Order: sequence, then structure tokens, then C-alpha cells
Amino acid sequence: MSPSFSWIRPEPWGIHVVPADCWIDPSREVPHALVTHGHADHARGGHGRTTATPETLAIMDLRYNTRENIQPVHYGETVRLPGGVDATYLPAGHVLGSAQILLELGGERVIVTGDYKRRADPTCPPFQVTPCDVFITEATFGLPVFIHPPIAGEMAKLLTRLAEYPERCVLVGAYALGKAQRVIAELRLAGHHQPIYLHGALERMCRLYEELGVSLGELRPATGASKDAMRGHIVLCPPSALNDRWSRRLPDPITAMASGWMRTRQRARQRNVELPLVISDHADWPELTGTIQEVNPAETWITHGREDALLRWCQLHQRRARALALVGYEDEDD
Amino acid sequence: MEAFAALVDALIYTRSRNGKLELIADYLRRTPDPERGWALAALTEGLDFPAVKSGTIRTLLHERVDPLLWQLSRDFVGDTAETASLLWQPPALADGPPAPPPSVTQAVEALSAMTRASVLTELPRLLDRLDPDGRYALLKLATGAMRVGISARLAKTAFALAFRVDVDAVEEYWHALAPPFQPLFDWAANGADPPDTQSLPLFRPFMLAHPLDDLQVDLADYVAEWKWDGIRVQLACAGGATRLYSRSGDDITATFPELAEALTIPAVLDGELLVRGSHQGGEEGGAASFNALQQRLGRKTVSAKMLAESPAFVRLYDLLLLDGEDLRECPWTDRRAALEALLPRLPAEHFDLSTIIPADSFADLATIRDGTRDEAIEGLMLKRRTSPYVAGRRTGLWYKWKRDPLLVDCVLMYAQRGSGRRASFYSDYTFGCWQGDPADPAGGAELLPVGKAYSGFTDEELKRLDRHVRQHTLNRFGPVRETDRSLVFEVAFDSVRASKRHKSGLAMRFPRIHRIRWDKPAHEADRIEALQALVHGEPGGGTARRQDLSAE
Repeated sequence: MSPSFSWIRPEPWGIHVVPADCWIDPSREVPHALVTHGHADHARGGHGRTTATPETLAIMDLRYNTRENIQPVHYGETVRLPGGVDATYLPAGHVLGSAQILLELGGERVIVTGDYKRRADPTCPPFQVTPCDVFITEATFGLPVFIHPPIAGEMAKLLTRLAEYPERCVLVGAYALGKAQRVIAELRLAGHHQPIYLHGALERMCRLYEELGVSLGELRPATGASKDAMRGHIVLCPPSALNDRWSRRLPDPITAMASGWMRTRQRARQRNVELPLVISDHADWPELTGTIQEVNPAETWITHGREDALLRWCQLHQRRARALALVGYEDEDD
Repeated sequence: MEAFAALVDALIYTRSRNGKLELIADYLRRTPDPERGWALAALTEGLDFPAVKSGTIRTLLHERVDPLLWQLSRDFVGDTAETASLLWQPPALADGPPAPPPSVTQAVEALSAMTRASVLTELPRLLDRLDPDGRYALLKLATGAMRVGISARLAKTAFALAFRVDVDAVEEYWHALAPPFQPLFDWAANGADPPDTQSLPLFRPFMLAHPLDDLQVDLADYVAEWKWDGIRVQLACAGGATRLYSRSGDDITATFPELAEALTIPAVLDGELLVRGSHQGGEEGGAASFNALQQRLGRKTVSAKMLAESPAFVRLYDLLLLDGEDLRECPWTDRRAALEALLPRLPAEHFDLSTIIPADSFADLATIRDGTRDEAIEGLMLKRRTSPYVAGRRTGLWYKWKRDPLLVDCVLMYAQRGSGRRASFYSDYTFGCWQGDPADPAGGAELLPVGKAYSGFTDEELKRLDRHVRQHTLNRFGPVRETDRSLVFEVAFDSVRASKRHKSGLAMRFPRIHRIRWDKPAHEADRIEALQALVHGEPGGGTARRQDLSAE
């Protein structure tokens, strides 16, 4: 690998910014962490110092009580790290507060995308294409079979099914941070202003989104609500609760799941899903490859997901690329 | 094709049987001829296009997608047709507006016309006109494996539901017709005369029996015969051809070719297919256990060696048609007489008669039933002497009186979540028996899994079992939980045989939960020896036993 980028060193437990001795999204406790976004596989508690966007810090506070030794950085803002490294946080469009981190030293520019998407999302600002020398990208949906359909069509499917069965409810499994709030916000955009019922595990995060300025309309706890009250309504829960006994309290639920993995039938069937909704907070294949072309870096490093296929694509398009073996990133619930 | 593709997807994601029935019936009602007939043929896997195989799809895609990207995608998706449907690049809009999607009928016509030489240029033309779901449905239809989780019987039931006709009539006409089944739709949907079913070796729906349960019957009105533990079959000979059908109406002629050759008289026979065996069968003569029969089931072709080692024969129960005459309306006694008269005209190595059991009274019969040692016997059949041969189960005509099940006390080891209505419950249970002495704390006794059951309990019991599993979990492996081995099941089963597939070396037939022994300590459950003793016959040692009805 080019020795000129030796100040950035990928290790199995995170990306090491050597002159600053800090780590991006480390999976173990470190003295100083730069965190891209609040999902549990990227943001962990217990670091000596944490640098992230104010929204990500608020999410980490909610989840890990991370409130000491924090350094908020707004989008577009640059902070000087030890060793003369400049770090700029740029919108990644993944979830509220999610950022790419641009690192600069001696005229070399490296971007770590964290997780990102290119579609419009009413709950967070869009991904910002920024030129760089090394583009360190995710590859969660890094297979050419993954083409996420427009979200409006998925919302229409959900609302059509809801209208067809007024005596039942539609139970939508959605990841607690990001996906759940995006689904709610998109439902509101689609003109659905009925109350939406929430599994207890989603309530605090939705409240935090509202405090941070994302309005979600009328939300009600599913716990304690009567079966009759929930008939004809949408209920949201984390994916793990879809087929759990928790759902027995609901009025004959139609089980749906909002996830990029719903693109393939076997994955949807494994989840016992009746209504698969292909809604992802990650870039799909055309967006992963299109973003690399737009950013047009000298090198592409691939962090996690289906790196083999994206690596192959880079080869086929005469782009320098390497796969990094990072551990601890999970993608099952997107 | 769009409506058909939507139906295919809806069937994939619908779990309940009734839901699937409604979806198909609704489609059949609102779709015109012959489109719905072709769709029905596709759903029942009745279409075959020799030019289109899974390898064809792979070849097509290799021409368009990097082979490594294809392979990585195929490995992830797990299905060639689905991978291809997702990776297919529709033509660029600059090439003009795409042609409209083909109907199922047009697709079937185009696919039928394809040859191995033309398929690589013609199939893409169809794919170009479809969206991903349409491409998936087309490729599944073309390769003849829909995998939508419905049986042919379910599709026929849906047809009957759609047009309010009798499913057994549908079944009978079905076998006389080829896709797109136009006479079937003319009859059911358009009010025409039923299709002609004479002069063809057709399947006739079986007459079935109710369990006897606590009933007693008068032997003046009923005859008793053995209920053989083989597979119920129907042999139909007409118009110079002979077909062998399973209980569900599947054509299994190719699996047992010697039987089709053996019947050349125009007739329809009902009987039990068995395989000759030497070590059991007693005075009834030479039927091997179900185990021996299984060696031959499920094979599409059969080797000469297999024909010689496990020759099949049919033990005849009934005669439905003979020489063009339908005997089904006649009383059983007349059909039986005709069957007995027919027997000398049939080759003896492939046909014998299920004998009538002489018994003076019902009590006498019970003694005979309890005393039987033959593994090829499942129990008794009781048939009303005056009964016609009618499709399905009709009360009061035929009864089955199975031998009491064997019982053994096992310990719950693993539980798995069910599906459908039971998706949130741990409802599938794996249980074991002790190897070594569980009462000896230093003995190192361990449990060996012996079987798996998911029936035999009420909904209330299921809730309590589910709670038990959640509260006694030691480990989790995906959908499976390992429990702390504290709960005893009294398991009922029909028989047990040696099996190399299981660690215990044993496999149970039809295990089900008979009673949940909340009260019984796990170390008092049975030892493996109790089951091993049952492999050849009756309880020899231990505590495994026949269910004792008097104690219930």
C-alpha cells in the first residue's frame, strides 16, 4: 500500500489516526474515539474522550450515558487534532447525526464514510460528496442484486395493506435508531396522520428525535393500549420483537419489516415476514459504485459488508482498492 | 404476467393455508381463459419447457454479468432464478419504449416454441419486457419449480372454492385433462357439461376412514380387515395404459414400474403397496416393515438390483371399476365378491387380497388386535358391508382402529420456535432418553436425543410449555433453545427402528406428546434400553409400554 497514507492505519478493531492517536468507530475502549454515528456497532461507551456531532453525542448519552469528556463537532466544522491532523465532519445521510469524517494531513485527504446512503431522508441532512485521495467506504449492500426501490412505493404498499384490513394492525419491524423514525416521518409525508403505536424499546429514541427537531406526529405506547384501539393502525417494534410473544397483545398483526435485506425472498421468509418493505439506510449497489465514481478518489478502501464484490467492481473499473478486515460491525438489522 | 407475479409473491409471503386458498381462488375468478388455466398449471408444476433449464439462466447471465459478481450474488440470494431476476439489466430507454409485459399465455407460447438453439436469444426478449418480480415469476414458471409452498391438492381446493364445485370432482376430471384445462373451466366457471373421463387411466379420489375412537360397531354390519403399514395406492388401467397413484393423486408409476406392467385388465384397484420381506409377516405372508418400503419411495427411476431385492406388490382392498363398469355405487359386499373373482386373473407375485378377519364379537376383535405382533400391521379397518365407495371420509362407513401407540418417558432437551400461528411460541420439542443410570449421581448418565414432536398438546399447554422453555434456557442457537432438562414428556409413537442418522441410533415413527409430566422428576424418565428393546417387536425391558386404555 502507498506509504504516503501511512498516518492512517486500519486495525481489526478500528481505523487508527496515528499522529493524533485517536480511533474512528473503535470496537474496543480507546483514549480518544471519533464516532461517525450512534449505531451500537460504531458507537460504544467507555472511551477516554469522544468526538462526534451533537446529535450523535445525544444518542450516545441516551444509550451509554456518555456525557463526560465529549467534543461536539457540527457539520462542516473542522477540529484540529494532535499531530496536526484536521478532522471535518460532513453529513452522511445515514441517520440523525451521522457523519463522514474528512481527515487532512500535509495536503493528503482521507474520508471515512461510516455508514451512508444517498436517498432523501426527512430525518437527516443528505450525504455530501467531497473530493479526497483515499475514500474509506462501507459495503453493507455491496452486491449488484441490491437496488433499493423508491421509498414512496414501499410506503404505498404499507398503507394499502393497512386499508385492506381495518380489523387488523400492521406490525412493522424497524431498527430502533434511524429506521423507525424515518419510517414514521415518511408515513407522515405520505399523508398518514393517524397515531402510530410504539414498542417500548422505540419510545425513548423517538422522543429524542423530537427533542432534536424531527417531528414525528402523534405517537402512542403499544404497551397498555387495548387490542381494539390498535385495529387499523400501524405498530412499530424492533425486528427482534416481530415474532416474539410481545406481539401476542396485538390485534391479529400483519408482520412487516423495513429493511434493505427484504430485497431477497429467502431473507424475508426467514423473518416470517408477510409484508417485506425494502427500506434501507445504506447505499445500494448503484449508489456505492456511483459514489466512488463521483468522489473519484485515488484509492478506495472497503471497511465492512460484502467487500469482495465491491473490490471486484473496483478491479473491473481499474480503480485501486483494498478490503480492510474490521471486526465487530454488524448489519443484520438494517 | 403482472397479476400472476403478484400472486406468486403473495403466496410466498402468506403463511396460512386459508390465506393461500383465498389468494388463488380470487386470482382464478378474475382472470380470463386461458390465462388462468396456464397459471394453474404453473402453480401445480404441470408445465415443462425442455429448452429452459437452470443452466440456461446461468449461461445467459454469464454473458451479461461478471462471473465472480454473479457467483457472489447467487451465493447470497440462494436461488438462481431470483438472482437472475434481480441482476437482469432492462434495455436502455434510448432504444425506444419497451414492449408491454407478456401475459402468462404469451409467455407459455413463447417458451414452448423455444429450442436449445433459440433459447439464448428468445428468453432475453421476454425478460426485457418484465420488472424484477415479473422476471422472477417467468423464470420460475419456465424452469418448472415455483416453490410457493402449495401442493397440487391445495391448488385444486382453491379451484373448487373459486367456483363452488366439489373438490373431488375437480380431482377426478383433473387427471383427464392437460393444461390449460379448458374443459375444467368450461364446466366449473362457464356451466358446460363435465369433461369426459372414460377410457383414460384416471385417478379416482380415495375413500377414507374415520378413527373409531370410543365407538363400538356390530360385526353383523361391519367386516374387519388388517390395516397394513405400507402406502395406500390406486392402480388404474384403461385405454391400454396403466397408472399408479399415491393417496394424494400423484402419479408414482415410474417408481414402481413392475406394478403398472402387472395390470392389463381395464380396472381401477385400491390397495396397500408393500415390499416383500422375509423376517416378518407371519401367517399373512411376507410384508416387510415400512422401513423396507421407504428404500424405494421417492425415487424417480428404479434399478434392476432394487427391483430384485425389494419387489413391490399390492395387497388389494377394493375394486372401483372393472371392464368399463363403475362399481362405486355398489355395496362393499358386491365389490368384494367382484374383487375375489378378479384375483385369479392377476399375477400372484404382484397382487394378493387383504383377508377378512374372522371374529365372533367386537370383544373378540379387540383381543385379536392387541395380540398382533406383525410390524407391517398398523391396526384394523372396519367397513360397513352396505357402504358404497365414496370419495373422502363419510361418517359411519369406514373406521380405522389403530393399534395403541407405544409410550415412553423422555426428557425435553431442545425447543424451537414454530411457524405460522405458532411463530412466537417454542412449539417444536426435541427430547431424549437416558444412557447410563440417571439415579446414580457419579454415573455420568447423559441424555441421547431420540425424537422430535410438535403435536399432542392443547393451546393452553403450549403457553405453559413456552413459558417453561423461556424460564429454563441454558443456551441459544439461533431459533433453538437448549433447556435445563427438567421436564418429562410421555411420548406416544407408532414404532421405533434402528437409524444411523441419529446419535441414539434410533428413529421413532409419528412421535407426539401424549402427556406432559409436570410432576415427574427427570431422572425417572426412561433409559435408552427401553426403546432399543422395541426395535424388533414388543416391549422387552424397561418401562416403555403400549398405552393401557383401561388406565385412562
